[in-house]
Amino acid sequence: MGIETEYGVSVPGQPNTNQMLASSLVVNSYANRTSSSGSRARWDFEEESPLRDARGFELPREPAVDPSAPANEDDLGLANVILTNGARLYVDHAHPEFSSPEVTNPRDVVLWDKAGERVMAEAARRALTVPGAKPVYLYKNNTDNKGVSYGCHENYLMARSTPFGEIVRNLIPFFVSRQVICGAGRVGLGVDSREAGFQISQRADFFEVEVGLETTLKRPIINTRDEPHADPEKYRRLHVIIGDANMSEVATYLKVGTTSLVLAMIEDGWFSVDLSVDGPVAALRAISHDPSLKHLVTLRDGREMTGVQLQMEYFEQARKYVENRFGSDVDPQTADILSRWESVLGRLEVDPMSCARELDWVAKLSILEGYRSRDSLNWDSPRLELVDLQYHDVRPEKGLYNRLVERGRFDLVVSEDEVTRAMTEPPEDTRAFFRGRCLARYPQQVAAASWDSVIFDIGRDSLQRVPTLEPLRGTKAHVGELLDRCATAADLVDALAGR
Amino acid sequence: MATRDSGGGQQHTNRRADEADEVTTEESEASDLKERHEKLSEDVDSLLDEIDDVLEENAEEFVKGYVQKGGE
Repeated sequence: MGIETEYGVSVPGQPNTNQMLASSLVVNSYANRTSSSGSRARWDFEEESPLRDARGFELPREPAVDPSAPANEDDLGLANVILTNGARLYVDHAHPEFSSPEVTNPRDVVLWDKAGERVMAEAARRALTVPGAKPVYLYKNNTDNKGVSYGCHENYLMARSTPFGEIVRNLIPFFVSRQVICGAGRVGLGVDSREAGFQISQRADFFEVEVGLETTLKRPIINTRDEPHADPEKYRRLHVIIGDANMSEVATYLKVGTTSLVLAMIEDGWFSVDLSVDGPVAALRAISHDPSLKHLVTLRDGREMTGVQLQMEYFEQARKYVENRFGSDVDPQTADILSRWESVLGRLEVDPMSCARELDWVAKLSILEGYRSRDSLNWDSPRLELVDLQYHDVRPEKGLYNRLVERGRFDLVVSEDEVTRAMTEPPEDTRAFFRGRCLARYPQQVAAASWDSVIFDIGRDSLQRVPTLEPLRGTKAHVGELLDRCATAADLVDALAGR
Repeated sequence: MATRDSGGGQQHTNRRADEADEVTTEESEASDLKERHEKLSEDVDSLLDEIDDVLEENAEEFVKGYVQKGGE
């Protein structure tokens, strides 16, 4: 699994800034200083086909993309680099994006996602040292409150054999309701905040259909992009576009942890109950617009329940599933996810504010309510909108989430030392290890890389492409010793070719 | 809680004692809660003071200037 986040970018006082260039400046500043050699591996697009649809057909390019966006970001020569931790740092449309390396568990998603925040903060600091550069502020949020949204996408590797219809049926009600845990909170209702108020999710108002391929227009609750970046016969990559970018580590942990559990149950054919919701797009919005968590959605079978209760239904299924399949052999992380999931839902039901140490929307709402009562502010106050925005500022001294952490007001999942290491070190148990270590060890000889290949230029007639189509190969256990043994990329290529 | 004298003196006494206990517990819970809320609001006040110090100046202009292009 993995997570990719587009960051909001702003150069205060310079409303006419070209955001693509500002984003490029940030990414390049990080990349240039990181590779001392001056040579930089480019991204290899060979295996990418973002317009292939999971339902089995390919869309023509035109209707699928925003007409104002470039057809291919590479054509513009925008910054696009691979880091030694196996991540991709680049400019997607007009935003700097950090795509985490592939990891095998929710805790590692949190770790490399947080590392991505630190990379962004460091990148902006370095950009400031470019002569004449204005400060660039970066925000890990999802909307400018003026009609535009940018994403935080999760990716889950699934067995190709799982029927897509089952994924859609069982996942839509889950996605409609999981925002009660992983919503990041937002001041403003409607895509352009035309109504004043607070809502649970940053993204809910931007979704218009249940299933589809687009990510920028007519956003679907279930995205059908079918681009596994792995052996397509065996795998699909479920591309999840509905999530908010979370600052809270617990929120990210539960977001990907509970989603993984639900996907495992779908793959295993476990679901016997149908939790389908009437009008899921409207239900998604209605749940988001009611931070009291009282709104009732109607299920197809006629039952009515709140978003929290709908999540509780999924939790009960998951608890039984894990008990049935693993019993007492359950791994500690799965057990931890289940216990936190249950605890958070139980407390949301009784007193949502008791989750202020764990959930973004609750923490944000408690600050906002503090301001409202102290300064008698209405929801349309720009100061409240600023609190909402600045909660997501990646700078340690300015970001409000970061200030809360500094004051010990947030529960954490990983340590800052681990996060610092994850800025440069790859996970050890996926192919990201091979990619990242090759970048670290042979920076001059890696000509290009992507999720499923590393391409070496070792001074021979042709470039040497090493495919990495199997996400769980190329691990430390698999190639760690080999990489230690090979002093040069040429040695490595020869060893891999059996020469 | 309404109590009805059932006639058994012993029982009556016990019930009275239980009620007294309950009242004490409720009172102490209420005062705990009040204390917690007071502590919480003091806490929030000092937090807001700190946030005041780091919030960008001129909120209205700042949020107005935060305009993004589409992504994803």
